[in-house]
Amino acid sequence: MNYTIKKEKNCLVVAVTGEIDISVTDSLREDVDRALVNYGVNILIFDLGQVDFVDSSGLGVILGRYKKVAGKGGKVYLAGAKPQVKKVLELSGLLNIMEEYFSAAEILEKIS
Amino acid sequence: MNRAVIEFSSRAENVAFARVAVAAFVSQLDFTLSDLEEIKVAVSEAVSNAIVHGYGNDPNHMVRLELTISGDYMEIEVIDRGRGMEDVARAMEPAYSTDPERMGLGFAFMQSFMDKLSVESTPQKGTRVKMIRRAGVPRRAAVPEQ
Repeated sequence: MNYTIKKEKNCLVVAVTGEIDISVTDSLREDVDRALVNYGVNILIFDLGQVDFVDSSGLGVILGRYKKVAGKGGKVYLAGAKPQVKKVLELSGLLNIMEEYFSAAEILEKIS
Repeated sequence: MNRAVIEFSSRAENVAFARVAVAAFVSQLDFTLSDLEEIKVAVSEAVSNAIVHGYGNDPNHMVRLELTISGDYMEIEVIDRGRGMEDVARAMEPAYSTDPERMGLGFAFMQSFMDKLSVESTPQKGTRVKMIRRAGVPRRAAVPEQ
């Protein structure tokens, strides 16, 4: 797995490629948290369009970031989840608290 | 009957190996790609639990997978000789977690994606998670046993 974290407009866009499990969640969590502080944004987009697998450890990273960002009045969006990823997102209940869109570009368009 | 036994170090990077190895072995049954994705999630959860909770992230132990195919059924056992659990029923409750960054959904996913789930655990001896799923038929989520 690898990921890029960049600021676009007033959002932090985290684009992940590959598989998310406990082998990568510590570094992903730390890097996203650091970027949230450094860029000073309160809108976070997880671009999952290139994610082939996620288990509850990856969902934990998303939920943990949601608690931080939403706790400060911000928003977290999910983008582009493939069917197998969307299935675990639905089962976990995360889609009840976060909005999900077809792509990160769609979200950036919506909130700009 | 067809069996496979795999042992690997309790390292986080081996979780991916475990789920791919299991999916490759059971793919000789009539599972769809969607079924195999669900099986991979269940294996990932069980092996992650063995590494994180069973062995406390100490990589110097072994996780054992015992895989059996019999007729249309596959059985996966994930075995560690780690800390074990005092209260299996509590650990299996949805949203129960010892770590605020984990969702406590591991057992919920195993139950959702398997026909049968059973967990045996003895404190200081280890844990054995057994998951059974039938190929080629509509599936109901497992009712957990202990």
